[in-house]
Amino acid sequence: MSNVLRPYLAAVRSTLTAALTLENFSSQVVERHNKPEVEVGKSKEVLLNPLTISRNENERVLIEPSVNSIRLSIKIKQADEIERILCHKFTRFMMQRAESFIVLRRKPVQGYDISFLITNTHSETMLKHKIVDFIIQFMEEVDREISEMKLSLNARARIVAESYLTAFNS
Amino acid sequence: MAPEVFNFAQTPITCHAFSADHKQIAVSLNSNDVRIFTRQGATWTPTETLSEHDKLVTSIDWAPNSNRIVTASQDRNAYVWQQTPDPQTGKLIWKPTLVLLRINRAATFVRWSPKEDKFAVASGARTIAICSFDPENNWWVAKHLKKPIRSTVLSVEWHPNNVLLASGSADMKARVFSAYIKEVDDKPAPTVWGSKLPFNTLCGEYASPAGGWVHAVGFSPSGDALAFASHDSSISIVYPSSSTVYNIRISSLPFVTLTWTAEDNIVAAGHDCQPVVFSGSESGWQTVGSLDDSTSGKAATAQAGLGGNSPVGRLNSTAFSTFRNADSRGQSGSNPLNDTKLLTVHQNTITSVRPYESKGSRVVKVSTSGVDGNLVIWDVDNVTASGGLTGRMAGLRM
Repeated sequence: MSNVLRPYLAAVRSTLTAALTLENFSSQVVERHNKPEVEVGKSKEVLLNPLTISRNENERVLIEPSVNSIRLSIKIKQADEIERILCHKFTRFMMQRAESFIVLRRKPVQGYDISFLITNTHSETMLKHKIVDFIIQFMEEVDREISEMKLSLNARARIVAESYLTAFNS
Repeated sequence: MAPEVFNFAQTPITCHAFSADHKQIAVSLNSNDVRIFTRQGATWTPTETLSEHDKLVTSIDWAPNSNRIVTASQDRNAYVWQQTPDPQTGKLIWKPTLVLLRINRAATFVRWSPKEDKFAVASGARTIAICSFDPENNWWVAKHLKKPIRSTVLSVEWHPNNVLLASGSADMKARVFSAYIKEVDDKPAPTVWGSKLPFNTLCGEYASPAGGWVHAVGFSPSGDALAFASHDSSISIVYPSSSTVYNIRISSLPFVTLTWTAEDNIVAAGHDCQPVVFSGSESGWQTVGSLDDSTSGKAATAQAGLGGNSPVGRLNSTAFSTFRNADSRGQSGSNPLNDTKLLTVHQNTITSVRPYESKGSRVVKVSTSGVDGNLVIWDVDNVTASGGLTGRMAGLRM
């Protein structure tokens, strides 16, 4: 982990740990329902203040806590057009398989690239600090993944261009 | 003395209640059923299942003198269970009695009154139902405390005089109500909370210091002080006679449950996974320490690490994974192989702490149950001063 990223991830980690204080909370609006309040948003008093942790204008995390669920949205760094396309394809690939990731949300929150929804059921069945670890690991790996893909894409483009242009060289 | 730990299940224990002789315990294992376990030596064996609810059972209370169990559930119902002989076999079975709660949202919390002739059911319908028995129809009828509750009531607690009721709710307030029912109660003697107490009198309303949901409330044994724990990681103690409020902000995760063990002592527990003791009097309150002894816990985990199944192989040695974790996750210090285990006895949020054993007027043992499926019985006097879980978490990770 680069030292520049460390304080950013440490801030996300401690915020997430504090936000993951969830409990079973049955809906106040609909009878016999139990829904993630952060998604429903009908009972204002059980929502906490959303919090943005921003590393720079392109990279930020939005954490929206509530009484029985939290939503965490990540804006992934996209420096140029290639990264934008790669990021879109990558997150789309993940979100189409959201149920295998359990805490992943099928659609990102507006303005962000990927969102996670962690409910009280998740924090009951899984270890809380491991959920936090998973998110942190995801955050640092997604950057690496995209820059690796970008490098291999560029390398491939170079090889393709070279082999194409050798035809004109002879 | 080390705390006694019992594991009931891998699922959360939503709530627990002991019978008067502590030989039996009623628990809800995050399901629709109430399970009754009987103690045999050092183990608990399941003896009975009370199944009438069709949604999660949120709260159980066992009346010590009349030996009745009341259960509340998210299916909007509550039942009073009484042991009656089966007409055919003569065996004692638990029989449910209907409670006409008249609420249309989940029941979240239930407690018997000290005299066991009434109980209070908190609910998501922004009401508290005070239930008393109607012998004519053989059911329990409810009267509602409605005003000025504006959100789900998360907990209730009875005053020792059987009339006053404290409630904590998600609208960031702790309140004290009069739950005086003419047919049941004698005229109560005046207390510090007030002298004229018709039904639904609001005797006190206290906001949490930084606007957090009030998770737990508790009257002191004399009933002259009220403590409440809220989601803004604070615990507040109210003395209405001198109208002083002490707020103790803690540096760790919020508490969700508390109990008084004596007039000058409170045990609170919650997301921090360990019970914390507060002590004080009308002149001031402070944190004493934790019941969870950190040093012995550390020794235990260290041993587990030594004898643990360390995967030996290429690129999987301890040194390698230590450096890899330091590099990729910012973890350092502890052995990553056993970092799935917290250093506390409870491995997840403690949802309920209740008095277990008393000597005279002091509670000497408390029981806690948590999301990790463990039930622990703690010695109240065995307090270790500690920096709280955050200090130990620091050793665990960063």
